[in-house]
Amino acid sequence: MTNEAVILTHALTKSYRNAEAVRGLNLSVGRNRITAFLGRNGAGKSTTIKMLLGMIRPTVGSGSVLGRQITSAEENRELRQRVAYVAEDKPLYGYMTVEQTIRFASSFYSDWRRDVEKKLLHDYELPLHRKVKVLSKGMRTKLALLLAFARRPDLLILDEPSEGLDPVGIEYLLQVLVAQSAEGVSIFFSSHQIAEVERIADHVCILEKGCLLVDASLDQLRQFYRRIDLVFPSPPSEHEFRISGVERIETSGHQMSVFASRNAEAVIERARDLNVVSVEVAPVGLRDIFLETVKEN
Amino acid sequence: MFFKLTPTTGQPLYLQLMQQIRHAAETGAFRDGDQLPGIRTLAEELVVSPNTVAKAYSELEHEGLLELRQGSGAFVCLKRRTRSLTDQVQVARHRIRDVIERLREDGLFDEEIRRAFEAELLYPAEIVRRR
Repeated sequence: MTNEAVILTHALTKSYRNAEAVRGLNLSVGRNRITAFLGRNGAGKSTTIKMLLGMIRPTVGSGSVLGRQITSAEENRELRQRVAYVAEDKPLYGYMTVEQTIRFASSFYSDWRRDVEKKLLHDYELPLHRKVKVLSKGMRTKLALLLAFARRPDLLILDEPSEGLDPVGIEYLLQVLVAQSAEGVSIFFSSHQIAEVERIADHVCILEKGCLLVDASLDQLRQFYRRIDLVFPSPPSEHEFRISGVERIETSGHQMSVFASRNAEAVIERARDLNVVSVEVAPVGLRDIFLETVKEN
Repeated sequence: MFFKLTPTTGQPLYLQLMQQIRHAAETGAFRDGDQLPGIRTLAEELVVSPNTVAKAYSELEHEGLLELRQGSGAFVCLKRRTRSLTDQVQVARHRIRDVIERLREDGLFDEEIRRAFEAELLYPAEIVRRR
């Protein structure tokens, strides 16, 4: 059961009049994993998440969350009981106090976790009697996170959960995500914070212009992505290095820089055949992988 | 025990954790029978995915360095294998020291030597063997 997908989509597409927000997305998010969903603003992340939760209807394609079809109204109701979702804009009732909001939300769930509620109230230093409408952006985020974490979901879907949080708040958030994951909750979250993704995610999906460009485990990315800087006795031909796995080549005089998603060894071998003078191989961080991937398209 | 994982290097986090636990065992920071934190505790402490810790522990169990007991955590298990590895590391250090000494005599700067070592370490093992 461990490798079963909690989110599965097939050719999921959303078009608005002239634009395609999401194009033929085939997504598979594994159970008991922390999966990060990266992409620039407008790449289609929120649209995808809203389709998964049945908030907007796909134009074409299908998908299931926890084995339930996202387009079936009845199955969608079932899946929403098992999924906790924190929306990008953290919608809450402004006229309620923090305490009233928590009591209100907890009344929907028989297995509401008082222990988690208490711990987060303490960690987040949330003012119980303050009205939601006067909370700062960071406080609103913390309250929305508390409401999701204190449930007992099978799957957590978070849209930009760290937005508006200060570094301490982000650290607490990451710790809670790790704790939830240790309890068997699958996590799917979108983020712009590459550094935090790099620490806690097991798997990364990068979306650009509605298409999935990278879908890999972080272990794979760390092991296979390399930048190879080469110096040749005479100006090299880029053509020689257009092999599978090479994503990008830059040349300047006798120097060449190769960005490879795999097959670094083949690049080095070819360079040796061409009497390379100097070879430097460096790992590539997620930040550069993201930038290169987005630049390429 | 203090572990330090670096997310930006080109090495999976579980491998970094494995190496640091192995290193702690080889240097004597861990003794036979010492208990390691549970998967969840260590994951929360390091703020990494619990799968990272679980994978490191289970690989080290395969190697025989850790013994995982249901519900009570991971225990260090130092057998002869680890000690012979300690000896191997000692021998390796002597050899590396000789190489470095010779390179310095040839006039190379430490920085150049370090880069050369790092570049060679990043070559996949199969190519090195073929050379």
